[in-house]
Amino acid sequence: MQFMLLFSRQGKLRLQKWYVPLSDKEKKKITRELVQTVLARKPKMCSFLEWRDLKIVYKRYASLYFCCAIEDQDNELITLEIIHRYVELLDKYFGSVCELDIIFNFEKAYFILDEFVLGGEAQETSKKNVLKAIEQADLLQECMTSIKMNSC
Amino acid sequence: MALKIVKGSIDRMFDKNLQDLVRGIRNHKEDEAKYISTCIDEIKQELKQDNIAVKANAVCKLTYLQMLGYDVSWAAFNIVEVMSSSKFTYKRIGYLAASQCFHESTDVIMLTTNQIRKDLSSPNQYDTGVALTGLSCFVTPDLARDLANDIMTLMSHTKPYIRKKAVLIMYKVFLKYPESLRPAFPRLKEKLEDPDPGVQSAAVNVICELARRNPKNYLSLAPLFFKLMTSSTNNWVLIKIIKLFGALTPLEPRLGKKLIEPLTNLIHRALDLLYGMVSKKNLMEIVKKLMLHVDKAEGTTYRDELLTKIIDICSQSNYQYITNFEWYISILVELTRLEGTRHGHLIASQMLDVAIRVKAIRAFAVAQMATLLDNAHLLTGNMQRNGICEVLYAAAWICGEFSEHLENPIQTLEAMLRPKVATLPGHIQAVYVQNAAKLFATVLKGQEGNTDSTAAQETSQLMIDRLPLFVQSANLEVQERASCILQLVKYIQKLQQKDVEVAEEVSALFAGELNPVAPKAQKKVPVPEGLDLDAWINEPPSESESEDEQPKAIFAKEEPKHSRPRHTEVDEKELARRREARKQEQANNPFYIKASPSSQKVYQDTPGVEHIPVVQIDLSVPLKVPGMPMSDQYVKLEEERRQKERAEKKKKEKKKRKEKRSGRGKKQDSGPESEEDITPAHMVDIVTEEMPENALPILILFYFLSVNILLTEMIAFFWPSFKVCDIQGNLQDGSQVVVSVIFENKCDSFLKSMEFNVLDSLNSKLQRPEGSGPHDGLTVPFQLPPGVSNEARFVFTVQSIVMPQKLKGTLTFIVKNEDSSTHEKLDFKLHFTCTSYLITTPCYSDAFAKLLESGDLKGSSVRLEGVNMPFHHLLARICFHHHFSVVERIDSCASMYSRSIQGHHVCLLVKTSGQTVSIDAKCDEPTLLGNVLDEIKQTFSQC
Repeated sequence: MQFMLLFSRQGKLRLQKWYVPLSDKEKKKITRELVQTVLARKPKMCSFLEWRDLKIVYKRYASLYFCCAIEDQDNELITLEIIHRYVELLDKYFGSVCELDIIFNFEKAYFILDEFVLGGEAQETSKKNVLKAIEQADLLQECMTSIKMNSC
Repeated sequence: MALKIVKGSIDRMFDKNLQDLVRGIRNHKEDEAKYISTCIDEIKQELKQDNIAVKANAVCKLTYLQMLGYDVSWAAFNIVEVMSSSKFTYKRIGYLAASQCFHESTDVIMLTTNQIRKDLSSPNQYDTGVALTGLSCFVTPDLARDLANDIMTLMSHTKPYIRKKAVLIMYKVFLKYPESLRPAFPRLKEKLEDPDPGVQSAAVNVICELARRNPKNYLSLAPLFFKLMTSSTNNWVLIKIIKLFGALTPLEPRLGKKLIEPLTNLIHRALDLLYGMVSKKNLMEIVKKLMLHVDKAEGTTYRDELLTKIIDICSQSNYQYITNFEWYISILVELTRLEGTRHGHLIASQMLDVAIRVKAIRAFAVAQMATLLDNAHLLTGNMQRNGICEVLYAAAWICGEFSEHLENPIQTLEAMLRPKVATLPGHIQAVYVQNAAKLFATVLKGQEGNTDSTAAQETSQLMIDRLPLFVQSANLEVQERASCILQLVKYIQKLQQKDVEVAEEVSALFAGELNPVAPKAQKKVPVPEGLDLDAWINEPPSESESEDEQPKAIFAKEEPKHSRPRHTEVDEKELARRREARKQEQANNPFYIKASPSSQKVYQDTPGVEHIPVVQIDLSVPLKVPGMPMSDQYVKLEEERRQKERAEKKKKEKKKRKEKRSGRGKKQDSGPESEEDITPAHMVDIVTEEMPENALPILILFYFLSVNILLTEMIAFFWPSFKVCDIQGNLQDGSQVVVSVIFENKCDSFLKSMEFNVLDSLNSKLQRPEGSGPHDGLTVPFQLPPGVSNEARFVFTVQSIVMPQKLKGTLTFIVKNEDSSTHEKLDFKLHFTCTSYLITTPCYSDAFAKLLESGDLKGSSVRLEGVNMPFHHLLARICFHHHFSVVERIDSCASMYSRSIQGHHVCLLVKTSGQTVSIDAKCDEPTLLGNVLDEIKQTFSQC
């Protein structure tokens, strides 16, 4: 996978993850173009499209579009599954996730994604393991915050 | 210092955190840019402070702004600072910011090398984790070179959490610094067999990616991957491996053969999925794809599998998804071209089923079948062994039964009487003969009206010429039918010669429509009194009788016989013994013509047989039987039909709208049609639970013993307005309990696809239709519009009735609203009380006395306190709730009797004095009695 973008129906970017090094300018350009292309598509149209030399796999969940770019030889269906799995993870973590959860806790959304996908490849297929890792890392964070508070 | 920290945290209280920033941006929609520029100024101030918490907060906000498209590259150094924090909370934010903002040309990356190395070797796995995650996003060739060794070490870390991350990131390292591949590869290969599935899948991912670039180098890993493919249950991994093999097989052709088996297993799983995926809209497309695979399939097993799957998919739920039966018939006809399939029978039964039930299709089906008969020689390459000739059974029957639709009946008649027919299996010949007679009747009808009377006579002559071949048949049924019909035709010919018109009378032989009957209809016909179906009429047949060709039920859709393994495994010795005995018997039997080797020889020596040239039919060219349409063209036709339908619908809608003349019309939704919009081109007669209406009064007979109330333990969870009420039992025989359930839809939505399922216990089992698994639910045979209730009955078999039982069950159903539908589940418990196994049975006092005297019964008693009701009420209550009858009553004392469905006698002696009721009871089954008494006690404790 080359990158993943989350954006709203209004075209607002909610999350971006790039697994290929690109300059900010390029990223912006790609994002703009892609958001426009995907938003222009009708609801019943195919979730896959060819774009430049990449394949775009996207899926809309409520008001949010999840959009991944993969290479020519990658499998679209498994990418769709990755998207869905990520949504399930978000859902489990936030408890029936909504767009606002991702806006306000965007760093959490990134942490979850990082535990699930690494360098563009799915690293952990077990939902339980991903959530466990996140929870423990969160716990670590909470601990330290409370230690700090006590030390003050 | 302490003061500074305190001061810092106080300051912090006035800072915006990320949530404040997000909220602020959302509140300043009009002047977002301005608002953000002030925020950035604030952030710059925050970054200048020493407090790391403040800095981290600022960096976190910057990351958000970066996503919104603002340039934050100026803060790169601050990000590195936050990354280096010793606290995980900040480190995490720092690395996140870095992974979002850094790219190869970010110069501060150079400064991070040591920090990252330190984090990688941190004792805290989450420190290592964030470092690896971050690195995966911004790894540069320099970083890759400097850190390759550290990451390689991490591949053998004790924690799988770290191992899998390290493995995955190695791929990025390889890309940036290819020299690292060689030293790291052995370890990577080792990870393919890592005990942790996550690490394993990571290694598979990396190697698959590498192999994609250069497959040749990875051929040596094929055996390892093969092992993984056959052992792994992780679909994610499987997909990758299959793809890898896709790259490897061109290089090593031998791999292909090895892969067939595991791959077909996977394909089977996929085929099973297809079954649930079809809809009216995609059925044709899916079947078309499957047909392509059928054509390409190499193994017959796989091809047969595809064939059954196609038929399964098409015929599911009464052909629910078929909109065009002409298409389906052509698919079936195309399937007949499969040589050597075992499923000729299945195709045949489908042809019959469709031709019988879809009236509109008959003309078409008949035309197809006639061509099939005409080209029968193409189907029957190797007569006896070729299962496909079964379809001729269907073809002959359809052509005969619906012969009025034939365009050229004489030609078909001629085809059915060809000498070659005699080589077909017996049961097919029998159908040929019988249906030739039907056809004959039709032909006569057509010919007698004409002026030329010789034509009719010629037809009779044709029958008389050809039928003797069948009269000589070895198959008894063929023989019998043929000779019967031959004599009939001869008689007809005599009449014809006297210029008597016979057509009317001949066709009267076959008049009347054959109606399909529900498969369960027979069950509902009551068994006449005095008929014992289990008793042998004759002595049971001796074992040696071989089961020859069993008549096949052609109307049954599926044949369970096939799925059941045949028990023909008799050990060799036994076989030899029997063979010997048989030979002996035959030798002594003067009527038995011995199979001598010479007789076979005679046959072989028939002159010329060997010299007849056998023409090889080239099957690589798909056989296109002349006059037979290809199913493909239907796909196109159907598309056109639907388009037309849609267009018409649109027109109608437009008209409607015009009539309404509502000011501004809504935008026309030109999206693809929904399932409901597709109307079928032909309707099917659906015969499942319901029977033909006229058959109803005779067929239905239920043994209602409505007094027996099986209790409802009401339902643990309720669908807001859906209620399963009243479960009452009806008893049929000693081991069967019928539970009637009234389903009432109390919500505003439409309920459909209800499935009733109960978790069987050892003792009680829900009776499921033959062929379904022990955990399958039963489909409730109706749907419920809002506010409607309906009753369904379920039969349970119960072994022991001495104990009460609770069965857990679920009802699943689809709640359908206008725009959405959800799948819902309702859990419930079925309570089989012991009382429910009792049947009210009258008993005379003398019989009652005898029963008590016999001494077979064991006693027990119970005392009820504080019963505040007249004695006759009390008795009525026991009678009503517990299915007893009063034998005798004297003052405040009564004897009562009941009998269980398994014949246990239960006798009660009820006495009352004041508010105390004592019940002395006797029964031949003490456990049952105890439970019944408990239940009686409970009834009275509730009042």
